[in-house]
Amino acid sequence: MNWLKRPATETQVTHGQRLWLYILAGVVMILLVLPTLIVIPMSFSDSQYLEFPPETWSTRWYGHYFGSPEWMRATVTSLKVAVLTMLVATPVGVLAAYGLHASNVAFVRAAFVLMLTPMMVPLVLVAIGAFYAYVQLQLLYTVTGLVLAHTVLALPLVVIVTGSALKSYDMSQENAARSLGAPRWKAFLTVTLPQIKFGVITAGLLSFLTSFDEVVVAMFISGGDNPTLTRNMFNALRDQIDPTIASISTIMILVTTFMMVLAQTLGQDRKPK
Amino acid sequence: MQAQSEPLNAAGLRRDGLIERLSLFGLASPAMLLILVILVVPVGWLFYVSFMGADGSFSLENYERMIDRKSYRRIFGTTFQVSFLTTGLCIMIGYPLAYFMSQLPDRLANIALITVLLPFWTSLLVRTYAWLVLLQKQGLVNNWAISLGLWEEPIKMVHNMTGTLIGMVHIMLPFLILPVYGSMRAINRDLMKAASNLGAHPRRAFWDVFFPLTMPGLSAGALMVFILCLGFFVTPAVLGGGKVIMVSMKIVSNIELFVNWGAASALGVVLLVMTMIILWIASRFLKLENIAGGGH
Repeated sequence: MNWLKRPATETQVTHGQRLWLYILAGVVMILLVLPTLIVIPMSFSDSQYLEFPPETWSTRWYGHYFGSPEWMRATVTSLKVAVLTMLVATPVGVLAAYGLHASNVAFVRAAFVLMLTPMMVPLVLVAIGAFYAYVQLQLLYTVTGLVLAHTVLALPLVVIVTGSALKSYDMSQENAARSLGAPRWKAFLTVTLPQIKFGVITAGLLSFLTSFDEVVVAMFISGGDNPTLTRNMFNALRDQIDPTIASISTIMILVTTFMMVLAQTLGQDRKPK
Repeated sequence: MQAQSEPLNAAGLRRDGLIERLSLFGLASPAMLLILVILVVPVGWLFYVSFMGADGSFSLENYERMIDRKSYRRIFGTTFQVSFLTTGLCIMIGYPLAYFMSQLPDRLANIALITVLLPFWTSLLVRTYAWLVLLQKQGLVNNWAISLGLWEEPIKMVHNMTGTLIGMVHIMLPFLILPVYGSMRAINRDLMKAASNLGAHPRRAFWDVFFPLTMPGLSAGALMVFILCLGFFVTPAVLGGGKVIMVSMKIVSNIELFVNWGAASALGVVLLVMTMIILWIASRFLKLENIAGGGH
């Protein structure tokens, strides 16, 4: 084992002296990924008690899920709300990020802090606040109410991601278009937007996931005809370990992974830096 | 002529400029309006309600209850205990991993990064559920440990503090690792060579040169984790099994079970004020955008 006696780099201790680091890092990386992934094979177990590896394989828990009108309704609600949140939060957030970036009035910083509040206020507080407000506004248990609340939660992410894309963009390009006679909105759409589109796409996908995964706010303001998937899952978890949840979890992992791959392929700037 | 019209023009230009900047600022108004209506105003109302007694008049009873009752003091104790332990464990586990990843060649580092990003993107409920399944009495961890002879009887690892901490650390780790990793990648390697050239032992070079340079990332990450822990609900509610009661869970049960808005609001206000104080102290050392953007 000559390798163990060599220094890790020219200025460091030998590999052998920091073997603990490699072992720790390996174990932690496995522990980060494995617990989530192990749910996938478990969901194909035939037994009531999720076992690994499953003794007999079956898709009965998937049958259970797809055959249940309640789970199906919740899934449709969640997907609908997530797509609508993405469609509302992205343009509203991009406009805000652009406005704050281009305008340098004195209170931009205060406005920026306001934009970040949904991230800083504890989620439970957002949830009961929205619950109270929706009782007054008659938005409780509606898709509109859910979309508005999830949009508020997604806005900080959209503003941060789009804002950082704008920071690496040279605004004088837009000014050049305007000095050549393009109105501001046209200059933004044809010159600026194509150059920050990677940030905008990432922001959109993040707002979809924010809504799709959100539990606490949905616990309070979804229900009735419009319960979300996460709300029903959470309630089922509090009662007992229902194997159907394993099949739903698997589907959610697939949706997330799909979104992540999408973000990697669409959202990545391939220009040489 | 010229001397007369120029100040007029300058004033006009200034006015036009101001109008333009204000209208640009106006682009942010839909977003700000939404946040105000859905978040700021209702939270303001909760603040008001927290100062109302059972009979609807002004009173401090909701706050006095927190000081008088032992159960409330215990809830705050538990909340801080879970938050401190989770943050500490995340630093101890996450820092070495970030260090390891930062020294890999680019291609391998990107693969290692996926192991951090995958759980980061995966639904928190799914991850909590996974731990519930793995850690239960008949779960995988107990079964494997017994067949390997690590322990004889199934150990209770879930529905208690142990389960809560395992789940919390798993969920919070990416929030710590990503900013730390970012700050490590930004360090100029020549500094370590310089330290070594001046005769520093690798350990000394690490602690005197490398470690201080990672402090911005580490403090941003640790702060993010701590603040998220303070208000966390889902994981302790599922993995704590009613034995680990944090502030956020008490708020929920005050509304769901007792419909006591006063008590719930007062707890919420205290939680919010604690978060704000920590953020305010931190913002004097760190940039707020970096903390918020730290996780992404």
